[in-house]
Amino acid sequence: MPKSKKQRQLFYLMPYGLWLLLFVIAPLILLLFQSLTTQNGQFTLHNYALYFSSGTYLLMTFNSVWYALLITIITLVISYPTAYLLNQLKQKQFWLLLVILPTWINLLLKTYAFIGLLSKTGTVNNFMSLFGIVPQQLLFSNWSFLLVAAYIEIPFMILPIFNSLAEINPRLEQASRDLGANRWQTLRRVIMPLSMPGIKAGIQAVFIPSLSLFMITRLIGGNRVITLGTAIEEHFLVTQNWQLGSTIGIILIVAMVITMIFTRDRKHSRKRG
Amino acid sequence: MQPVKLCAFLVTIDLLIKSEGWELTNISTPIIEFKNVGLSYGDDEVLKNIDLELEAGKFYTLLGPSGSGKTTILNLISGQLTVTHGDILFEGNIINDVPVEKRHMNTVFQDYGLFPNMTVFENVAFGPSIKGMSKKDIKTKVTEMLTLVKLNQYADREITELSGGQRQRVAIARALANDPEVLLLDEPLSALDYKLRKEMQYELREIQQRLGITFVFVTHDQEEALAMSDWIFVMNDGVIQQNGSPEDIYDEPINHFVADFIGESNILDGIMKTDYLVHFTGKDFENVDAGMRPNERVEIVLRPEDLDLTAIENGKLIVTIADQSFRGDYYEITAIDDDGNEWQVQATNKSKIDERVGLTFDPEDIHIMRFNESENDFDARLESYEGEEDAEK
Repeated sequence: MPKSKKQRQLFYLMPYGLWLLLFVIAPLILLLFQSLTTQNGQFTLHNYALYFSSGTYLLMTFNSVWYALLITIITLVISYPTAYLLNQLKQKQFWLLLVILPTWINLLLKTYAFIGLLSKTGTVNNFMSLFGIVPQQLLFSNWSFLLVAAYIEIPFMILPIFNSLAEINPRLEQASRDLGANRWQTLRRVIMPLSMPGIKAGIQAVFIPSLSLFMITRLIGGNRVITLGTAIEEHFLVTQNWQLGSTIGIILIVAMVITMIFTRDRKHSRKRG
Repeated sequence: MQPVKLCAFLVTIDLLIKSEGWELTNISTPIIEFKNVGLSYGDDEVLKNIDLELEAGKFYTLLGPSGSGKTTILNLISGQLTVTHGDILFEGNIINDVPVEKRHMNTVFQDYGLFPNMTVFENVAFGPSIKGMSKKDIKTKVTEMLTLVKLNQYADREITELSGGQRQRVAIARALANDPEVLLLDEPLSALDYKLRKEMQYELREIQQRLGITFVFVTHDQEEALAMSDWIFVMNDGVIQQNGSPEDIYDEPINHFVADFIGESNILDGIMKTDYLVHFTGKDFENVDAGMRPNERVEIVLRPEDLDLTAIENGKLIVTIADQSFRGDYYEITAIDDDGNEWQVQATNKSKIDERVGLTFDPEDIHIMRFNESENDFDARLESYEGEEDAEK
């Protein structure tokens, strides 16, 4: 065993450090390198120029951001009241477990389950036909895409919000009511600001992965919604244009970093007079 | 008239009324009244048939050990809890179902309950801004309140930057910023160190007298209660054991619990032979109590500070010094009499362990407590023979 404290720390860091190097840092460097070279390995900015001058790619970028934003808003609107309610329950850990449970099931399986539910001969249409409603095409629409994406992301939004709400001293709610605020004012002026770190963490956990969704866009959205994730998959697997695929990847990473910066927890940011 | 001006005008009137001591409400109506109030959780009776009346402008204390129901009463007044039976009245109107935010009272919580995401200023401004006061009025109000608690230099500080004592002051300023008619204080000083606590006791009393509003103060610290209050309610087991001025409660405890809880006490069994003659430790003593059955079994209370050590021949009882400890301004002495009773004595002079000395006290230092006497019976009995005494004079 190494002796000094610093050596020991390095020793413990080694397994993950190696992992980081091989599977995160090295691929990132390769990605950056590829996006800046031609197929023959010469330096070029052509890929970026192509990306920014093409209406298709910009539209895809806009689509990615737009749908990620919609998914985030939908999950937030559903998750915040749910997390708030969960916190009031007596067996809250049990109910929370039920919310988290679906995340233990493979994403692909859940997606296929939704195909079963939403297809023309699926459960939903069967049920509707009981009321004499003719089977509708529910799959391969923007709405079904948003529905499934939100369903999958909701636990990742609920969990951080729930945790930040659970940390709030119940006395503060009492104090707010005592000072004349009704339930809604208390929620808006005390509870919500104090749960902001959870909301931000939830937005990070939902918005960033949603930027690069591609499997759900294909299986549920029927490729009607083309996002950056789909574009990357196309370039690497179909058209074999790894250079452009890398470029889009880099742009996606930049977008994620920007999101991180906007949603980071800014403690002690208030300036004192 | 513009709404802002009207508001400022009303505030002025409000201040005038306060500063001139004008009374708009009928003086005879209590500001808060409990009529046969009870609170239960399932079979657990936390509060049993409480009756009480609070007059406007007084400093009241609810005193008792933890679990006695004192904080429950406070939470019923503030509206955080709802009665199981009985009525709570505010200025003569039943307020059982009025929600917390609509009651004209505010609370200083034990752990202060300050909003950690807001500055000192924003905390104090919370109530006024909920009420919809203009920015200018809010600033005036907050400045006034922070000056009152001597924190006007700290308006822009974060709560986390304040000491415990300063947080305490912010909590008081925040509660008072709503111009409550009743201020409820839930053991607000218990987290402070001794010296700071003494200071705050004095300041709270001063604030109460300056504003002239009703304070309801909850504490388990009898010293605090005696020092600050106009009127004390001693609570135990969800029942008011005794209520009265600090002097009344200290000098005439109604039962064993009150005698034991308020101050130090020597409590002995005895027999009230006739009026003004009590028997304990095998001897008869003259005293000043009356109105009991002949030879009724009673309990006797003698306060340690009323006892004196003297020469054996001058003593009413002879005791042996068993232990003593120095308390700064006096010696706390434990002595044993010949019957084996233990006596706590506060003496100014040092004694020798195992020394035999005389113990002496005056007839009026002997307080008699009957078993299971209610407060009403107690008061009636006191009145009956004190009346006689006055007539004799």
